Amino acid sequence: MADIAATTARARRKQGTKLNWTELGPFLALAVLLVVGFLVNPDFLSVNNITNVVTRSAFVIVIGVGATFVISSGGLDLSVGSMAAFVTGVMILFMNTVVHDIGSNAIAAGMVLALVVGAFCGLGNGLIVTVGGIEPFIATLGTMGIFRALITYLSNGGTIPIDHSLRDVYRPVYFGAVLGVPIPVIVSLVVAAAASVLLYRTKYGRSCAAVGANEEVARYSGIPVIKTRVIAYVIQGLCVAVAAICYVPRLGAATPTTGLLWELQVITAVVIGGTPLRGGKGHIWGTVAGAVILELIANLMVLSDFVSEYLVAAVQGVIIIIAMLIQRFSK
Amino acid sequence: MSKTKLIAATLVGSLLAAGAALAEDKKTIVVSIPAADHGWTAGVVYHANAAAKEVNAAFPNINVVVKTSPSAAAQVSALEDLSAKRKMDALVILPYSSEELTGPVKSIKEAGTFITVVDRGLNDSAIQDLYLAGDNIAVGKTTAKFLVDKLGGKGKVVVLRGIPTVIDDERIQGFKDGLAGSNIKILDIQYANWNRDDAFKLMQDYLAKYPQIDAVWANDDDMLLGVLEAVKQAKRTDIKFALGGNGMKQIIEKVMANDPMTPIETPYPPSMIKTAIYMTAAALNGQAPIRGTVKLGAPLITQANAKDYFFPNSPF
Repeated sequence: MADIAATTARARRKQGTKLNWTELGPFLALAVLLVVGFLVNPDFLSVNNITNVVTRSAFVIVIGVGATFVISSGGLDLSVGSMAAFVTGVMILFMNTVVHDIGSNAIAAGMVLALVVGAFCGLGNGLIVTVGGIEPFIATLGTMGIFRALITYLSNGGTIPIDHSLRDVYRPVYFGAVLGVPIPVIVSLVVAAAASVLLYRTKYGRSCAAVGANEEVARYSGIPVIKTRVIAYVIQGLCVAVAAICYVPRLGAATPTTGLLWELQVITAVVIGGTPLRGGKGHIWGTVAGAVILELIANLMVLSDFVSEYLVAAVQGVIIIIAMLIQRFSK
Repeated sequence: MSKTKLIAATLVGSLLAAGAALAEDKKTIVVSIPAADHGWTAGVVYHANAAAKEVNAAFPNINVVVKTSPSAAAQVSALEDLSAKRKMDALVILPYSSEELTGPVKSIKEAGTFITVVDRGLNDSAIQDLYLAGDNIAVGKTTAKFLVDKLGGKGKVVVLRGIPTVIDDERIQGFKDGLAGSNIKILDIQYANWNRDDAFKLMQDYLAKYPQIDAVWANDDDMLLGVLEAVKQAKRTDIKFALGGNGMKQIIEKVMANDPMTPIETPYPPSMIKTAIYMTAAALNGQAPIRGTVKLGAPLITQANAKDYFFPNSPF
């Protein structure tokens, strides 16, 4: 039994080091997109535009990194968008409450709270799926509705704005830069780097993929299946919290439409990145590229003039499918 | 059923009957509106509840009941439940969608209920006794006229529109009509789904694409907040005006403060539900004739009159 685990582990390690088409695919698609974009409108590659696009990809990148764990372990999480809105709302309400006592420290306290809330939301999802034995699609569809309703309730359907005194102090976390690199981009890179170490270089990462590849085999190999999958959901929750921490300073508010449909963007980014929806494998950097590709396509739609505003969504759909086909057949 | 349960059931039953008998003496206005799922509908819920409280206090013989529904199907079910449970003297409804609600409202009308329709019309206008709505075309037109005036009849503007619906089409149509004849050019119009984040991203893209933009119009205030953040980030000085529409309190505050970039606002106020409830109460209580169509204007809100449109406690 232990042999199987060892073999799986070796296979994973080999896959982690060897570059193959599945891993290169998303980056090729990204490169092609950049060239096409430049030909359509030279402004596309201006530093300003690229900075904007990569910065705004940060939310989908960070949440997508978490989703890569969940999906590679054979799960799925539809609740991430609503969870992001809920965490954002709770975080702002908390900061607004404590700002009168602790001043700007409220931001740090809010960040810690966000991580705790996110971890618990993920834990909830994980326990429902594993201990409760409910299909991830249904379980997280349920929690998606719950989180969305909670943020609507907390905001009375309106807006939860951050306290004025915190707005300017917190603003640089989205709009600031270190050596010209926007802070959300740094955060994304750090999260992705940490995640790739965890997924490719640790026992947990190998268990994660093993559970997703074949749950029965993993169980017989002595891998704690429930624990492994629950941890994946907790990682997802933490990633959602990190995204929320970067999101709050952007518009300084949470509304019932915050994070709407992010779950679809996240899952699309993960799949474009080469992680199969059935699990068993995870490509962290592919997910990063996938998220950037999605934002670049949307950006390109606006910068180009030849697509009617009514057809933008259709063209985006076609580009995504073509990108996937290129990957599929370039193997 | 055990004996105790039977007794309890009888008790509850008789209490309910007594309650119903008590309600018989009062005239009931049922208000059926969408649940608060974004800023504008949250405003509708707030103003409907406020109107219910005020009317109930002012007219002891009238009982206003507010019921919110999260979808068209839920609104149909709610109407069925409400009409089965009690005598409805009047129904004030902001329909989720025209198609699905026309039939159910018609059958309530046939039972002798006074029907007030707000904002979104039904497919058969013969059903309604009173129709009250804002003027979406004027929302676009009033804004356009202001820009023509302030930009001296020439300039370049970009537009953010909402979700493909009649409301959105009318606002855009009104805006184009208002610009007609001037030398103001619309550089671009794209959908941003009445969503603050989408508007932020779209405005960043507009700013990357066009080196010279004189004014921005987001046809909804939620989007305007995203636009303002993107403009602030880009530190662009060419943009003279960034305008919205609807009358969100954060934007009205800017108008009251005479903000240079957002000095005006055009209302499409969720408080119109209040007007409808008050008018319906006037018909039930004082037989004031109110049958017909009321179209609220979209007058320019400036610093001078902004406080009339400011509701600090409303979520919108």
